[in-house]
Order: sequence, then C-alpha cells, then structure tokens
Amino acid sequence: MKLSPLRCALLVLAGAAAGFAAPAAHAGKTLDAVRQHGRVVCGVSTGLPGFSAVDSKGNWVGLDTDVCRALAAAVLGDAGKVKWTPLNSQQRFTPLQAGEIDVLSRNTTWTLTRDASMGLHFAAVTYYDGQGFMVAKKSKVTNVKQLKGAEICVQSGTTTEKNLTDYFRAQGMKAKPVVFESYEASLKAFFSGRCQAYTTDVSSLAAIRDKEVKNPDDYAILPELISKEPLGPAVRRGDDEWFAIVKWVVYALIEAEELGVTQANAESLKRSANPAVQRLLGGAEDMGRLLGLDKEWAYRAIRAVGNYGEIFDRNLGANSPLKLPRGSNQLWTKGGLMYAPPIR
Amino acid sequence: MRRRFAEAGRRAFLWQALAVGLLLLGGWWVAGRVEGELAARGIRSGFGFLLQPAGFEIGESLFDFHAGLAYWQAFLVGFANTLRVALPGLLLATVLGALIGFARLSPNFLLRALGTAYVEVFRNVPLLLQLLTWYFLLTEKLPPVADAVEFLPGFFLSKSGLAFPLPAFAVAAGELAWPQRGLLNIEGGATVTPEYLAVLLGLAAYSAAYLAEIVRAGILSVSRGQVEAAAALGLTARQRMRWVVLPQALRLIVPPAGNQYLNLTKNSSLAVVVGYPDLVSVANTTLNQTGQAVECIAILIAVYLALSLATAALLALYNARLLRRGSAA
Repeated sequence: MKLSPLRCALLVLAGAAAGFAAPAAHAGKTLDAVRQHGRVVCGVSTGLPGFSAVDSKGNWVGLDTDVCRALAAAVLGDAGKVKWTPLNSQQRFTPLQAGEIDVLSRNTTWTLTRDASMGLHFAAVTYYDGQGFMVAKKSKVTNVKQLKGAEICVQSGTTTEKNLTDYFRAQGMKAKPVVFESYEASLKAFFSGRCQAYTTDVSSLAAIRDKEVKNPDDYAILPELISKEPLGPAVRRGDDEWFAIVKWVVYALIEAEELGVTQANAESLKRSANPAVQRLLGGAEDMGRLLGLDKEWAYRAIRAVGNYGEIFDRNLGANSPLKLPRGSNQLWTKGGLMYAPPIR
Repeated sequence: MRRRFAEAGRRAFLWQALAVGLLLLGGWWVAGRVEGELAARGIRSGFGFLLQPAGFEIGESLFDFHAGLAYWQAFLVGFANTLRVALPGLLLATVLGALIGFARLSPNFLLRALGTAYVEVFRNVPLLLQLLTWYFLLTEKLPPVADAVEFLPGFFLSKSGLAFPLPAFAVAAGELAWPQRGLLNIEGGATVTPEYLAVLLGLAAYSAAYLAEIVRAGILSVSRGQVEAAAALGLTARQRMRWVVLPQALRLIVPPAGNQYLNLTKNSSLAVVVGYPDLVSVANTTLNQTGQAVECIAILIAVYLALSLATAALLALYNARLLRRGSAA
C-alpha cells in the first residue's frame, strides 16, 4: 500500500502526539543534578556593576555572583564551578521555572506575587534596596514632589514601573513613564535628555552614575526612597533541600561576619574556642550533614568569597568604585537589617 | 466512473475530518498538560488576571488610562497604540513607496539615482538599527523641553516630542486647545512623543523601500508596446499612465504590496526598543508583574494573527475587485 500524503501527515501527527505523551523530564533533585554535572548554573544580570557584571578580564564579579560562588564552593568544593547565564529582567523567571538554571541570583526583588504565584521561592535577602530617582543637576530638581507631570525613563520588566505609579498616585501626582525594553536604550534616552528623571533601585542608580557618565557630578540622586526592594537569590519550587542549602549558604556568610570570621582568618579559627565559630566552620559538630552536605561547607564558602561584609565592601562598599554606604545592609548588631538565624 | 469519484470524494473528506479532529484533540490535550504542569510547579495560570487592576501607567494613550483600570484595558491601550502607529505608517509608506517607485523609472538621472540610493540603503539596513537611529537622532538633536522651539504658533518641537493645537471636543466647537509652556513640559494641546515619531518614520521609511520596488516591478511588467500604442493614439503621458499602465500594473502590485503591509504591522512590535508603549510593551510589563508568560504570549500571538488575517482579507477583497474590473473591461 502506498502512503498518501494525507496519511503521512497523520502519521507525523500521531508521532508528535506520542512525543508529547512522554512525561516531561523533571530535573529531579537539584542537588543531585548539580553534583552530577559538577556545576551550579547561576542566572545573573546582563551587566549591573556591583551585583553581576563582567570585569576587564572577562570574569563575572559582584555581590550576586559571589553568592553563586559561595554556593558552588559549599556544594562542590570549588567556587569556580559555576556556569553563568546572563538574563534580562523579562527573561529571568522562565529559565528558573523550566529548570535551566539552579539559582537566580540577579538583583531580583522579593514580592508576594513572585513568591506565591511564579513557581519559585526567595531564599534570603542579600541586599536591602529601595527605589529612587536620578535627575540632571541643571534641572534644579531637588525632591520628588517637583517631578509632577514629568516624563520618567524606566526599563520594562521590573517592579520599578509599578512602584513609580503607586508612589505618584499616593502623592496625587501624575507621571509619564517612558518604558524601554533594554537597559542600555533606557539609559541612552535619559542621558540624551529625553526624560526629566530616571528611576530604578538606588544601588543601580549609583552604579549607573559612576559608570555611564563622564562627569558624575552633573547628576544627582534624589533623597527620597519610594519603595522597599529586598533583593536576593530565588530557587525553583518543589525542592526543599536545595532551597535550604541556598538559604543557609547566604546565612552562613552573614553569620561569619557577625562572628568575625573572614576569608583570611577562617583557617586558623577552625580551632577557635568559640563553639559558634566551630559549628560554622565544621571544627566540631557536623552541621552540613543536615543540609545534605559535608561539615566544611560553610568554611569553603567563606574561604572562597569572604564573609558578607567583605563581599559588600569589595563589590559595593568602600573598596569598590561605587562606594555605597552599608545603610540597612549593616549587621543587626550595628543597627542594620542583616540578621541570620543561628547556625546550630 | 462517477460513482468511484463520489466515493473517493467521501473517503478524502473522511480522512480530512479525521485529521482535523486529531489536531484539535492534540491541541486540547497539550493545553491541558501545560495547565497541569504549571499547576504542579506552583505557577498560577488562566486569564483571570485580566480583570485585576493593572497598577501601572502607560506613557501615551488614546483613551484616558490610569493605573486603577484593569489589565485588559491596558492591553486595549497597547493595541490602540499599535494601530495608531501602524495605520498612518501604512499610508505614509504607500505614498513614499509610490513616489520612489516612480522616481526610479524617471527619465531624470538624478531622480533615478536618488531613488536607487534610497531603496538600497533602507532595504539593506536592519529595521531595528533604523528605529534606534531615528530615535536617537530625534532625542539627541532636538532641544530639551524647557527650550522647545515654537517653529509655528502653537507647534512646539523638543526632546519631549511634537506638541500641536488640537480641536478640543470639550471646549466650544471650532476652538483649539493651544499648547503652552508649563513648568517642566509643554501643557495643553496634543503631543506625539519622539518614540511615536521614531517608530512611525522608521516603519514607513523601511517599508517604502520595498513598496517602491514592487511599484517599479508592476509598472515595468506592462509591455512597452502598449505604452507605444497608447502614445500613437495621442494619449498624453499622464493619460497613458492612468488608463493603460496602472490598471494592469495594479493587478501585479497589490498582492506583494499586501505582504509588505502585513510585515509593517508585525514589525511595529519592534516599537518596544525605543520605548513606544505598543501592545508588546504592555504585554511585557504585564508579564513581569503577573508572571503569566504563557497567557501574555498567547494574547500577543492571537492579536497579531487576527490583525494580519484581517489585513489579508481586506486586500484579498480589493484584489478580487480589481481582477473583476480587469476582466470586464
């Protein structure tokens, strides 16, 4: 019997249906997959200085990338075993939902909608940010109230647009957002004078002002913060073990700062008299076993990237070009919000 | 013999019905699976979100939109913005394309060369780059809004766009709402933003290059003998074009021109790169706020498909009329 074209088409269709019928392969346990492939796949930004950006030598650097390095060091014993996946703000959640990345560490704001309805969990807060405005100094604008009716450049795919609207509505003012798909285009438009103000998280504003303009003094960041932006790494839902690992790696870095453990002294502190330090570094008790890791998990993370304070200073604070103050990101013992549950 | 044909026909129909049925079944099943998968991963799905308040502003809108309105209304604003740039774009591209097409056939060397240069430049540079170029030309070269140029009374041009007087419906008939200098920007009247101008100019200029070639090909397809015959009858150049060349050329021009119109409408989705709040831009924002990627993309696909099919249907209608008129003559 010769096959008519129609029957061929039917066969193809049936084949395709059979293909779909095969159950979609789940990644299984993320930890197993990470160990099997020997790498942590980390979703980062396409380039935001201080958080995740490529330096002049082609390495990814920043606070968000250090979280991934610490994770790789804790899980795989080698901070270099990270595969970087740059994602723009609209793409970022889909690869995590689909299992293409293991962790999204990409200046992403923790909100209820994202946590509850997008198939992901935020593990911890690594940076307390807030949204602000940048204006050209020659516009003589010194506070947000003066931006009534102004055109404001903003990048799409962020919580920024909604905050902007909420704030202006609450103040009974109207703003005209000019929304760009790409970060670069939104900046270019602002610096060419298309908008009277640019808005995003203040940490980013500082990075932008430092990096994108010839004379940073021509631009001012307005004093008002109009939103809370807790940024932190997110993981896929449905894998509680991995969720716990990411969460506690971040907490270990914060705990290390509180206990005075640094990249340099971690080795000698292994034999510290302080039991909390010993537990953290795996000198006595094996806390890592509870997470499915070994007892030196936190020690390796700290050796790789330093404690939270060191990470902050290197990427955003005093030792970085951005020179951002610690502010809310100071330890709770020093009046900030950084607080890790006890490692015990 | 006839019976065998009838039977074959019935059998073919059966097969086709079966194929369509299977396809529908498959689609239904895939949709069900996607929904199940999303639910299993804790990702919200469904179109219920469309009724919730959008919570974001849209920079320019034909209707009075504010953040308290629902997502579906935001989509409507985006759709209207897409049409607002696509329809004038079609018109502008057609006029420009026809002019350049004629120029390329002109006996005047300079006109011909300019036409060729235009076509080659605009056809061979990616549209994305052209849009960005137009946009940055407009925003870099124009003065800031505080020093807007009033090149005609009531017409202000600046980085914030073109403000012009508009017949105000609210005011007594015949009166104009005049733009005036405000504190930070121009107030009153109507404004088109540089984003709108960039998309409009970019789309029109790009499509015009293709349309020019289609017009030229259509006109060249009419055999020289006919033009000469018409000339021998004493018809002037204009009459030859109007009564002999164009009626035949149009039959060849309309179908490929239709393709270009479809392209222009679809290309308007690139507007998002220069910050014009078209349908794609609104969908992007919605997608990010709600996280409902599948639904937002489905809406985009449905809308562009419907737009393209509608355009194609209109053009098919026009083409049929053209052919009928042609055969009747």
